[in-house]
Amino acid sequence: MRILVIEDDKDVAAYLVNGLKENDNVVDHSADGKEGLLLAASETYDVMIIDRMLPSMDGLSIIKTIRATGNQTPVLILSALGDVDDRVEGLRGGGDDYLTKPFSYNELLARLEVLMRRGSKTGSEKVTHLSVADLEMDLLARTVKRNSEKIDLQPREFRLLEYLMKHAGQVVTRTMLLEQVWDYHFDPQTNVIDVHISRLRSKIDKDFPKQLLQTVRGAGYILSEDS
Amino acid sequence: MKILNLLRTSTFQLAVMYMVLFATSVFILMGFIYWATAGYMSSQTDETIEAEIIGLAEQYQRQGLNGLISVIRERVARDPNGKSIYLFTARDFIKLAGNISKWPEDGEVQDGWLNFTLDDGLGWPTAESRPARARIFIVPGGLRLLVGRDVNDFMAVKELVERAINFGMAITFALAMFGGIMMSRSTSKRVELINQTSQNIMRGNLSLRIPDRGTNDEFDQLARNLNEMLDRIVHLMEGVRHVSDNIAHDLRTPLTRLRNQLENTLLTVDRDQDREQVGKSVAEADQLLATFNALLRIARLEVGDKVSNFKTFDLSGLAQDAAELYEALAEDKQQKFSIMIEPDVSIMGDRDLLFQTLCNLIDNAIKYTPEGGEIDISLTSNENETFLSVADSGIGIPEEERVHVFQRFYRVAKSRSLPGNGLGLSLVLAVMDLHQGKITLTDNEPGLRIELQFPKQAIALEHKL
Repeated sequence: MRILVIEDDKDVAAYLVNGLKENDNVVDHSADGKEGLLLAASETYDVMIIDRMLPSMDGLSIIKTIRATGNQTPVLILSALGDVDDRVEGLRGGGDDYLTKPFSYNELLARLEVLMRRGSKTGSEKVTHLSVADLEMDLLARTVKRNSEKIDLQPREFRLLEYLMKHAGQVVTRTMLLEQVWDYHFDPQTNVIDVHISRLRSKIDKDFPKQLLQTVRGAGYILSEDS
Repeated sequence: MKILNLLRTSTFQLAVMYMVLFATSVFILMGFIYWATAGYMSSQTDETIEAEIIGLAEQYQRQGLNGLISVIRERVARDPNGKSIYLFTARDFIKLAGNISKWPEDGEVQDGWLNFTLDDGLGWPTAESRPARARIFIVPGGLRLLVGRDVNDFMAVKELVERAINFGMAITFALAMFGGIMMSRSTSKRVELINQTSQNIMRGNLSLRIPDRGTNDEFDQLARNLNEMLDRIVHLMEGVRHVSDNIAHDLRTPLTRLRNQLENTLLTVDRDQDREQVGKSVAEADQLLATFNALLRIARLEVGDKVSNFKTFDLSGLAQDAAELYEALAEDKQQKFSIMIEPDVSIMGDRDLLFQTLCNLIDNAIKYTPEGGEIDISLTSNENETFLSVADSGIGIPEEERVHVFQRFYRVAKSRSLPGNGLGLSLVLAVMDLHQGKITLTDNEPGLRIELQFPKQAIALEHKL
C-alpha cells in the first residue's frame, strides 16, 4: 500500500512512518502543508493521513483542495482537537475518518485498513447478502444463519454482526463499533462492548467447533474464517 | 408578593422612618402657625372689646345711665349691622339699649367672657346663626352691659387654617409614602440587579459582570469592586486550571509514545509470562491516558465554548440507547434493570456529551450496586423541565460526601477499592453546567438516585447571546 503522511510533529511522524513501513507499506512523509498538498496532488496513494494543524496550510484546506480536483483517495484526519464538533467539521470537510491524538497504533491501523478496503472497493452496488465461512446474513430479510441453522438476533446484535461481517478479516476496535453500530462518540468507562460481543459470540459461535469471532488483545475484535 | 418584598427592604423601612420624622416636623410647624394666627386674632378681638368697654365705662361715669344709653344707641345707629354687639339691660334683663333684643341664654360664661351664638332669637338681622364673643359688665344696681363682637370671620379663618393643616398633613403623608416607595424601588432595583448578576455568576457563568451605570455613586463603586474581585477570582482559577491542564496535555504525548512502544514490544516478546506483564502495562498506560483525556475534556467543557454543537435531538431515543447498551452489563450481574422512558422528549444540547453523561451514571450505578440489586432509569418531563434519573440499590453516597463527589479525583471512601478515576461525576457536572441543568443526589434507601434536570426553554435562548 502507498500511504501519504502529512504531519509536522516529528515524533508522531517518525512513529507513524516507521510503524507503517514495518507493516510493508510504502510511506511518503511531508511536514509542511503546501508541500504535502503538492505530493497529494501529483502522486497516487491508497490512503492519506493528514494532520489538521500544519505550517503554511491547514489540513482541512488540503483535503478540500484535493477533493475539488476529483481525487477520492480516502483520508484519515489526525487532530489534537478531540471534540465532537471538530470531528464533525473534519468529516464534513471531506475527511473519511477522524482520529484524535494521542491514539493507539492499533486503532490507527484498524481504521486505515477499513479505509483502504473501502477505497479499493469499486462500484457501490447494494450488498444484500453477507457471508463468512458458514455464517450467512440476509440484509433484506434480516435473517442470520449458521450452517443453515437460523439464529435469532436482537436488532442491535444484528447491526453489530452486520458491521463485523462487512469488515470480515479486519480488526475493528471498540471505538469503531461504538461509532458505527451505536452511533455515539464517547468513551465508556468499562468495556461494555465486550458484553455485547460475548453475547453475540454465544449466539453465533457457541454450538460450533469453529470460532469465527475473535478478540484481538489490546486492539479489538475480528470476524474471520481463518482463525 | 412583589409589594410585600418591597416593604421588607431596608430602604423602604428607612423611607418610612424618614416619612414619620418629616410628618412630625410638618405637624409641629403647622401647629405653631395655627397657634400664632388664631391666638393673635382672638387676642385682637378681646382687646377691641376691652377698649370699647373701657370707653363705655368712662361715658357712664361722666354722664351717668342716660349718657351710656345714648352712646350705645349712637354707636348702634352709626353702624347698625357692624361687627360690634351691644346690649344694655335693666334688672330682669329688660333691654334698655343695644342691637340685640335679649340676653343670650345658651352661652357659657368664663371669667366675665361669654361665647354665644347670634341668631334670629336675639333679633340679629342675619340669615344664619353666627358665633360671637362678648364681655359682660355688671353695672351697680342690677344693670348689665354686654359688649361683644361677631367672630364669624375669625372662626372662618380658624377653620380654614385647620383645614389647611389637615390637608397639608395628608399631602405630606401621601408624598412621603410615594417618595419612599419610589426611592426604595430604585435602590432595591439596583440591589436586585447586583443580586441577580451574582446569582448567575454563582451558577457558573463567571464571565458575567455587574453593569455600571456610570453615575459613579456608591452602587457603581460597589459594582466595580465586585467586578474587580471577580476578575481576580477568574484570573486565579484560570491559573490553577492551566497548570493542571498543561500537565495533562504535556504528559499525554510522551505517555502515548510509551504506550505504543510497549504495544510494539508485545508483538516481539515470546514468553507468555512476559506478554502478560507487558499487556498489563499497556492497560495501565491506557488507564492513565483515559484519565488525562477526561481531565482535558472537563477543562474544555468548563470553558463553555461548546454550545456551537448544540442541536435539538430525541432524548428519549438517547436514553433508550444508553439503557440498551448497559442492560447486558447489568444482566451479567443479575441486576434488575428497569427503564421508564417517556417517549418523544426532545432537548437542545450536545448529543454525544449527554450520552457520555448518562453512560457514566449508568456505569456507576451498575458498578456500585451488588449482584441482584436494582437499577432504574427514568425520563419524564413537564412544561418547563425534563428529568432524567438513574437510581440504584447500591452502596450509595453518605450525605456529607455528596457535595464533594463532583470535585476532580474525589473518590467516595467506601468505593476507593473499586476501579475509577474520580472524574466521572466531574464530567457529568461540567456537561450539566453547559446545558444549564441541575444535578441532585438523593438517598434511594438504599442506594443512590441521581437526577438530571434540564430547563426546556432557557438553553436555546441564552446560548444565542
